[in-house]
Amino acid sequence: MSERSRLRTVLVLSLSTAVLFSGCETVAEVGSQVAQGAGVITSSQADSITRGAKAIGKTWQDLTPEQEYYIGRAVAARVFQTYPPLDRPQANAYLNLLGQSLAIFSDRPETFGGYHFLLLDSDEVNAFAAPGGLILVTRGMLRCCENEDELAAVLAHEICHVERKHGLSAIQQGRLTEAFTIVAAESAKQFGSEELASLTRQFEGSVGDVVMTLTTSGYSRTQEREADAAAVGLLRRAGYPETAMITMLQRMDGRLADAGGLGFAKTHPSAKSRADALRPTVKEVKSAPDVARQGRFAAAMGPIMAGR
Amino acid sequence: MKIRAGVVLLAFSAGVAFAAQMSVQIRDGKVRATPSQLGRVVGVTEYGAVVQAGDLQKGWYPVTTADGKTGWLHVSALSKMLFSMRAGATDAATGASSDEVALAGKGFNEQVEAKFKKDGKLDYTWVDRMATFDVDAGRIEQFRTQGHLTGGAQ
Repeated sequence: MSERSRLRTVLVLSLSTAVLFSGCETVAEVGSQVAQGAGVITSSQADSITRGAKAIGKTWQDLTPEQEYYIGRAVAARVFQTYPPLDRPQANAYLNLLGQSLAIFSDRPETFGGYHFLLLDSDEVNAFAAPGGLILVTRGMLRCCENEDELAAVLAHEICHVERKHGLSAIQQGRLTEAFTIVAAESAKQFGSEELASLTRQFEGSVGDVVMTLTTSGYSRTQEREADAAAVGLLRRAGYPETAMITMLQRMDGRLADAGGLGFAKTHPSAKSRADALRPTVKEVKSAPDVARQGRFAAAMGPIMAGR
Repeated sequence: MKIRAGVVLLAFSAGVAFAAQMSVQIRDGKVRATPSQLGRVVGVTEYGAVVQAGDLQKGWYPVTTADGKTGWLHVSALSKMLFSMRAGATDAATGASSDEVALAGKGFNEQVEAKFKKDGKLDYTWVDRMATFDVDAGRIEQFRTQGHLTGGAQ
């Protein structure tokens, strides 16, 4: 084992121990003290690591928007392996226009690379929010929307997952502890091959954790409810009727029952229970759908929904 | 008139005295003329750039950039932690010392992405294409007006 990897192993082990016993408060200090005690690093190296780790952080909440951006890109690339993108420029242009018209009203309108939206060529009822703002919507999900307002509700829900970094919260702490330790120990901007290999392993693991949550295990019930509630507020600020969230969920409930519990049903609490939870908070306004919005939704999405 | 000028001058110096250094934590920080995502863009600050920020007002900071442009940046575009672009040395322009670890470009970065992509034989064609789907503020305003979405509030 090289000196460097020995140092890292001791550090990671001691940091992991420190996480267990210190409740994350003084991880870097304890970690570098242990490493120093083991004679692996000098006192000045220990100081530097303590300082570095303090500045760099400990949990998923400390990932910079830039790191979130790279994780999100990888998550999207992995999702595309199972759900191919739908190459329909007009429909995707409309989706982005609608998505951006909502994102600017988000509590987090600025992410490192910005919000971008894309349709997926899949009949499964599903939508994914990759960290940093890459939002993907299947043809099956589109079919749960009868008008622009309901599609806005779907996008608003996904934007709120990005806003609250729900995807990043799925990353296992151990991967981040190791990644932060490598970054803290390295002063150069370009990593050596060993550090790069190790960081890439943690990156791959982190991306895997997020993809697993998005496609298989699902966010927590609390996170889903949080995104629903925040989406209602976002719709209101953007000028859309809040009731669109409820009518969309009702339509989805019907479609999911038909689909036999696949896709979205697997990763989300039942649409009916979500609609029931929202109802007391939503202002019911009975009004005819806006003709202009209905027209542009039908023009852009009609052919896609019909499978043409 | 003299009194008013004096007050303005005082307020101005107070603003400078209390301005905090913040750094841009997104790729293109668009400095806007008004505190709105639809506001006119008066300048673009790059990732890691340090700006002088005044008091936070409803999610927006009044800022002055290194090249003297003034305008507004949304709170989500800024970080209180200094992102020194150069590691290990004091950066004269930002005042960031070696005590502040260079965060910009570290950790999960372009280099890690390149290795991940190569090792896993992943196709990023659509990821890169998605990033080009951009909508300018003018188109959003038009979309909102046409769709009668004027009732909203930022």
